[in-house]
Amino acid sequence: MWKPYLSMLFKPGTIRGGVHPEPRKEATANLTIETAFPLPSILYLALQQHVGKAAEPVVRVGDRVLKGQLIAVSQGNVSAPLHAPTSGVIADIMDFPSAHPSALPTPTILLETDGLDEWREGIEEIDPFTLSAEEICARVGAAGVVGMGGAAFPSRVKLNLGRERRIETLIINGGECEPYLTCDDRLMQERAEAIVDGIRIMMRGLQCQQSIIGIEDNKLDAIEAMRRAVAPWASQMAVAVLPSLYPMGWDKQMIRYLTGLEVPAGGRATDIGVLMHNVGTAYAVHEAIRYQKPLISRVVTVSGGAVARPRNVEAPLGTPLSALLDFCGYQPERKARLILGGPMMGEALPHANLPLVKGAAGILALSVEEVSASDAKSCIRCSRCVTACPVGLLPLEMMSRIRAGQLESALKFGLKDCISCGSCSYVCPSEIPLVHYFKYANGELMAQQQAKHKSEQTRKLADERQARLERVRQEAAAQAAARKAQALAQAEARKAAQAAKASQSARSAETQTVESAS
Amino acid sequence: MNDYLLLVLGTALANNVVLVKFLGLCPFMGVSRKLDSATGMGLATTFVLTLTAVLSWLIEHLILAPLGIGFLRILTFILVIAVVVQFTEMVIRKSSPVLYQVLGIFLPLITTNCAVLGVALLNLQQESTLGQSALFGFGSALGFTLVMVIFAGMRERLALMNVPESFSGAPIGFITAGILSLAFMGFAGLSPH
Amino acid sequence: MYLIYALFSLTLMGMAFGYLLGIAARHFKVEDNPLAEKIEALMPGSQCGQCGYPGCRPAAEALVAGEAPPTLCPPGGRALAEQLANLLSLELDLSGVDDHLPMVAQVDETLCIGCCRCYKVCPTDALVGASKMIHVVVADACIACGKCVDVCPTECLKLHPVRPTLKTWRWPKPLLAGA
Repeated sequence: MWKPYLSMLFKPGTIRGGVHPEPRKEATANLTIETAFPLPSILYLALQQHVGKAAEPVVRVGDRVLKGQLIAVSQGNVSAPLHAPTSGVIADIMDFPSAHPSALPTPTILLETDGLDEWREGIEEIDPFTLSAEEICARVGAAGVVGMGGAAFPSRVKLNLGRERRIETLIINGGECEPYLTCDDRLMQERAEAIVDGIRIMMRGLQCQQSIIGIEDNKLDAIEAMRRAVAPWASQMAVAVLPSLYPMGWDKQMIRYLTGLEVPAGGRATDIGVLMHNVGTAYAVHEAIRYQKPLISRVVTVSGGAVARPRNVEAPLGTPLSALLDFCGYQPERKARLILGGPMMGEALPHANLPLVKGAAGILALSVEEVSASDAKSCIRCSRCVTACPVGLLPLEMMSRIRAGQLESALKFGLKDCISCGSCSYVCPSEIPLVHYFKYANGELMAQQQAKHKSEQTRKLADERQARLERVRQEAAAQAAARKAQALAQAEARKAAQAAKASQSARSAETQTVESAS
Repeated sequence: MNDYLLLVLGTALANNVVLVKFLGLCPFMGVSRKLDSATGMGLATTFVLTLTAVLSWLIEHLILAPLGIGFLRILTFILVIAVVVQFTEMVIRKSSPVLYQVLGIFLPLITTNCAVLGVALLNLQQESTLGQSALFGFGSALGFTLVMVIFAGMRERLALMNVPESFSGAPIGFITAGILSLAFMGFAGLSPH
Repeated sequence: MYLIYALFSLTLMGMAFGYLLGIAARHFKVEDNPLAEKIEALMPGSQCGQCGYPGCRPAAEALVAGEAPPTLCPPGGRALAEQLANLLSLELDLSGVDDHLPMVAQVDETLCIGCCRCYKVCPTDALVGASKMIHVVVADACIACGKCVDVCPTECLKLHPVRPTLKTWRWPKPLLAGA
């Protein structure tokens, strides 16, 4: 209801903060997506490749599965199922290292491929516009589609919001602001019609009439391709050109730029009638609804100084990252850092023997020249980080408080609103790892929350134990009292019996005396 | 009205009891680590100072001067201060146990705060009326609280900084207090005296 | 002359002020130590005794008296130490509490004889078992106080560190803390 006032305050076209890192996309931006990636012998399918509860396997070791067959079901509302990327035999269901900086084990299904690539039944093309909105959302969920930009949030949950709240505009994120990554760019250039079809299906699922596709201005070919593809539906869909800035792809930044509305801190885009999806997700929805093919592969950018032939590769889920890197000419001796995702927000992996997951937009093997690994120096309070922060926070204040251990006061400066985009760390002249501090602080706060919860639980258990002991004691006391009462009663009865016997014997003695006397 | 306002402002800023007269430095350095405790201490001292200024003026002009026992002045004033501080302690203990705990030993040490005795004696020196004494006491305490709050805010910030180890804690606090005192010299033109 | 005036006035003043203070003391009487209760409410309340005091209430009173540091409670961990230090405006030295891995007790099933001594001392009833049956620890309820380890006659109960999982893994504090 305050929307009209806000839009008066903010004109469209305002951007807050942001930085301009070198794009470094030339190596892969002009090469087509490689679709002939050789099938690995084993695929490692983690049961948790999405936000929410992990999927539960429905196959057993030794089962033969076909391509696209359901192998794990979603658990609860915020979850996603998993499907076999190719045909083969289930070799094992075990704990395998996850694609995470810690590489800690996570339940994984190991699929031994048989090379036949045999599809399951039921992949005929259908007309998506005969389905109702609920049907579309349900099928998107059943196909295991999640946010392909990296967040991996189950798309069905977001599409369902269209029926709970009014969504006026669907914004499609073709920003791809991270350096090195070009998977969305190539997808838009080569498969524009499919993406537009997916967008229209999503609009039908959301029951919304308008959509804007936001593309950065350094992707001129993609803009051209998408404009041609949306031409038949120009009344409902439009392509908007965004300035190249990191992080333009952050949903709240793009929404503010395109609509002039600012999503409130702690709120969601749906609060102002807007929903955002990635172009890759739109493509996955197209495959899932029109061709009934579940999410089983994705386009990933393989790049970096330690890769000889960088390329965008369409690979099945569960592919070992080492296989992807070797396919693109990996030079391990030149590698200084392995990153899953982009260099600004991606996570450093300890080694490449980890599987490809649904949210992995890129795998980068950076060489020594591309990585800056010098020691952090003191903060000089230059406030470049404040200028760079797209959320409008004060990174230097939060960092100094986190360093001193005052996490509560760091929260007051907006720690919860930090999106970990890395703009502040990028511009810091003292090379302080600011985002590392914020991630550490968020982890500590969560640990403290869990500790407090455990503390309360412990107190409850201790109280219940005291209650139990009290109950036992009272029961014992009651039993003792009952026994005592019984013993007392018995004693009384015995005394009465004795008295009766005594009086009886006395009377018989009397009778005898009387008899003897008479 | 203007005179009174000027008196209070002059006492609070130009003749600031901590930074210009250098009285009451013990709680100034001791309780100013946290903003909450500094505010609490400032308010407690305000109460004590104002009440003491009034009571000591009354005792001087009603008992000591008429009976000619001026030589008991310091003794009596200390008695008054001790009673008021005891009373304040009781009130604080009842109303805010946390503040009581946080202030700790510094609460009864208001008795030995030279600012309190100093203000009471200075009032006599200036031969002020009852109203002027009360305002003088209140103004001094206001200045004391103001400086405590400013200094506590600064010290909280200092605690987050990379201060060299030999300077961290009290040394950098004293240096800051000195610079703050220099800044307060800028108010010198305000005082009517 | 002045001596008499001095004596008189001082005595009278002393008595008057004393009387006033006495009235005030009765009016502002504080029953118990409410601060100790506040502190006790923050503590886990399992009376495990790891702090060295015979329960959470004596530990709270020791904190109020200034005899114990805010890091005295191992099950409370860093969260509790920070809360106590904030409440009492005390200096916080986390060097002893840092990197304290969460532990959990485990029964070695090959050694357990079912003597039933352990569950009688567990403050949170985390041990389950019956006579001559193998006992087991309910990991969620265990606070690793170590009382069961002390009483077990076959030493089958031991404290093990909890293995970190993806859900419990945390980013470590940046070591390059800025010179």
